[in-house]
Amino acid sequence: MVFTLRRAFVAAGFAVAVASPFPAFAAWEPTKPVEFVVPAGTGGGADQMARFIQGVVAKNNLMKQPLIVVNKSGGAGAEGFLEVKNAKGDANKIIITLSNLFTTPLATGVPFNWKDLTPVAMLALDEFVLWVNSESPYKTTAEYMTAIRGADAGKFRMAGTGSKQEDQIITVALEKAVGKKMTYIPFKGGGDVAVQLVGKHVDSTVNNPIEAVAHWRAGTLRPLCVFDSAPMAYTAKITATQAWGDIPPCKTQGLAVEYLMLRGIFMAPGVTQEQVNFYIDLFKKVRATPDWKKFTEDGAFKDSFMVGKDFVDWVSQAETIHKQLMQEAGFIAK
Amino acid sequence: MAEKNEATSGFIQTRWMEVAVGVLIALLGALVVVDSHRVGAAWAEDGPQSGYFPNGIGWILVACGAWVVFQQVRRWRANAGNVFVTYADFKPVLAMLLPTIGYIVLIGLIGIYVASAIFIAGFMLFQGKYKWFPTLCVSVGVPLVIFVLFEIWFLVPLPKGPVEHMLGF
Amino acid sequence: MEDIGNLMHGFAVALTWKNLLFMFVGILLGVLIGVLPGLGGANGVAILLPLTFTMPPTSAIIMLSCIYWGALFGGAITSILFNIPGEPWSVATTFDGYPMAQKGRAGEALTAAFTSSFVGAFFAIVLITFLAPLVAKFALKFGPPEYFAIQLLTFCSFVGMGREPPVKTIAAMMIGFALAAVGIDTVTGTLRMTYGMPALLQGFDFLVAVIGLFGLGEIFLTMEEGLSFKGKSGRIDPKIVWKTWKELPRYWATSLRACLVGCWMGITPGGATPASFMSYGMARRFAKNRDKFGEGEIEGVVAPETAAHAAGTSALLPMLTLGIPGSPTAAVLLGGLLIWGLQPGPLLFVEKKDFVWGLIASMYLGNIVGLIVVLTTVPWWAAILRIPFAIIAPVIVVICAIGAYTVHNNMFDVVMMVVFGVIGYVFKKLKYPLAPFVLALVLGDMAETSFRQSMLLSGGNMGIFWSNPLVGSIVTLALVILCWPLVGKLRSRGGGGGTPAPKEA
Repeated sequence: MVFTLRRAFVAAGFAVAVASPFPAFAAWEPTKPVEFVVPAGTGGGADQMARFIQGVVAKNNLMKQPLIVVNKSGGAGAEGFLEVKNAKGDANKIIITLSNLFTTPLATGVPFNWKDLTPVAMLALDEFVLWVNSESPYKTTAEYMTAIRGADAGKFRMAGTGSKQEDQIITVALEKAVGKKMTYIPFKGGGDVAVQLVGKHVDSTVNNPIEAVAHWRAGTLRPLCVFDSAPMAYTAKITATQAWGDIPPCKTQGLAVEYLMLRGIFMAPGVTQEQVNFYIDLFKKVRATPDWKKFTEDGAFKDSFMVGKDFVDWVSQAETIHKQLMQEAGFIAK
Repeated sequence: MAEKNEATSGFIQTRWMEVAVGVLIALLGALVVVDSHRVGAAWAEDGPQSGYFPNGIGWILVACGAWVVFQQVRRWRANAGNVFVTYADFKPVLAMLLPTIGYIVLIGLIGIYVASAIFIAGFMLFQGKYKWFPTLCVSVGVPLVIFVLFEIWFLVPLPKGPVEHMLGF
Repeated sequence: MEDIGNLMHGFAVALTWKNLLFMFVGILLGVLIGVLPGLGGANGVAILLPLTFTMPPTSAIIMLSCIYWGALFGGAITSILFNIPGEPWSVATTFDGYPMAQKGRAGEALTAAFTSSFVGAFFAIVLITFLAPLVAKFALKFGPPEYFAIQLLTFCSFVGMGREPPVKTIAAMMIGFALAAVGIDTVTGTLRMTYGMPALLQGFDFLVAVIGLFGLGEIFLTMEEGLSFKGKSGRIDPKIVWKTWKELPRYWATSLRACLVGCWMGITPGGATPASFMSYGMARRFAKNRDKFGEGEIEGVVAPETAAHAAGTSALLPMLTLGIPGSPTAAVLLGGLLIWGLQPGPLLFVEKKDFVWGLIASMYLGNIVGLIVVLTTVPWWAAILRIPFAIIAPVIVVICAIGAYTVHNNMFDVVMMVVFGVIGYVFKKLKYPLAPFVLALVLGDMAETSFRQSMLLSGGNMGIFWSNPLVGSIVTLALVILCWPLVGKLRSRGGGGGTPAPKEA
């Protein structure tokens, strides 16, 4: 009885409920191990974050039941999303998302949408940086853009993760800004992409900070600009002379491209607000740990936490942007 | 080859199996070819399209399947005596295969642990003619060990059914 | 030499009683993970990561890497005993290991497998100790064309000398390639051959196929032949280890070749699974008693195990120095490093000397501890074969089902496993070879992706495969190896029909 009442209440007052999570309802707790679905392979950015959270939760005893990371990477993550979509009402299942939440259904035509899931929280946003090999002559974004413009179409080679996903979307946007085609070469993981650039098999990449930082520090890669509206907030020196914050936004360098990737948490459809609140609370606790601070700093994540309506608004806006970008790039499945 | 002509209780002829497998391979090839053309099977400017290699593979499969069938048909008479398996020998295979299929169906219905217990017990009782006591030990013990190992120790979730849910898992 | 000094320091770091205990526990857990097809090395490492947060990073990574060693050792056990590869890289071990067990020589096969694993790993560790910086630079030379060349070489060195009719070999291989292509295409992001079925999104996993084809298929065959394992009566002799050791030095050439192949594949990083296939193929090619391979040759166990272990170990090098994991297990270890604030990359060797040399020292110790642990258990493992078939058969089916399920946490894979089991049974009886099928399934997707990446790089020009000495020589070598038996055959062939007669053509 209580259950149905509560559910009706939630359905009616979703916006109200999420605007100020009810601490009074924080009574629900998972009764069995919680599956943490990663719609990507082992070792990638989302997987690393999920396993890190698993570690933090276990280390600090934030939950009575264990958190179990399960990779479901099939069909560019479609497998994971479909699994959660079909687990209606199962509150012991959460999923971490990356941009493939938007790109996979658009590019492959697999039927799912973020609206099929219950949004929980945004944990952080992942930045993208334009990298070149440090032995290349390009010191600034402008120089690199000029070089691309001056060469034959397709002469410059961009490596990225996956096809018709975030890296290629950024590449297409960059091509448009420059007015020349590049050759985009997809690889399976971000780490491979960075190494391809170090080995000079390609000319540039748009790696996330965490994927390329080791090579930057070793002096083999050079960042040109960050695809964000403002410089990153981290001022601690990473190399002898530079911090993440010293990388200029691409916009100020004559390359008006912005892109941030969602690292967010969703649940299965049909769960109660009480259950959502439990996880919001859990992730708040995770974010309060010093480990998390260090993790975001190392990965130069944009530390933004959103729940409820803010989060829903952000996601629906991001979806519109992706639709538009992919439409223009011709990536939508027929 | 298991060329046992004891009592010749009948047998499946190798030639029929060969033809059946050949046809299946050709069909698989056809499936591959059809889908390859859907995604584009040409050599584009920047290298092969998604369907280029699968298309080639599909055609080779069709050819292989056809060749296998042709080989058999050509020597149809001569191959008549080749035994794929006698019915007598095939019975135990079915005695393994059918329970296995049943087991898989059961996993979907009631979870892997209970299904495993039933499967092991059934096999030991009917195939091994064991008494109920050793049967019970093994059929309950093995799933229990697996449960502890996977669910509790290594935290690998396996399919569970009503019994496990009742116990709070 | 500075390295030696560093290494000695490393031993000092690693050699505490506590760390030795962690090593021991890690190895035992690893063996368990390796034995059960449902638990991969990545699985175990990932799950234990959280538990290790309370330890100092060096101890934790020592324990975790020991799990990795244990899993490498353990993968061979079920391959030899039941024809079920516990890990992908032990598939090639089944080819001769299982026939040996059937002939009552399980103890010998296990001893050979464990010892070879040790030799391979040890060789790789020495390489890491002294050549790390050099080797890391070499790995950077590998772009898509070089990857493709390596995959081509693996393929060419394995394929093309079966006893089975050629048309069936080709068919089996092509089925493998076709299944490998199912799912998402990395290069264009389109779905291929899924025919709208969500279950097919993930494609066909190699492990599911192998568990079905080899594991279940074998059980069906055994059922047909009557309710017993042939090797059951084989006496278990505790001295078997010494007896086998006396025999092993004879295969030093095979071992050395396997070490080199393994290290090469680990560093480049082709991975342990292709390495084991390549090594097995080469051993068979160079052996005098080529025809005996597949019927229980000890050399056929030595070659893949040595290579797999050498590759598995040397794969840690690109991970530490470049941050590219050579395997999913290494990827999870990598995640662990990041969590402990250790950034894999070129500077790790400079900034975290203690850690790196502690790890390298623990590789030496971990392997020695591992070898002792697994060798003492040989008689126990071999004794499993004495369990009556009516008990062990359903248990094997259960373990196979778990193994198939855990690959993607999906019931569809379990169903597929049974289908593959039937395919394995029928194929074996109709003389379709399974090895090319499996190899094509492993390599097909990777090879196609690297090929098409290369084509993107070159704008569709095949010349890229001869564009520099490295890639050119690998590709040429691969083609030579591929054509070699053909040349020999053409020369020796006086005539004779090309009909797929059951005997060798």
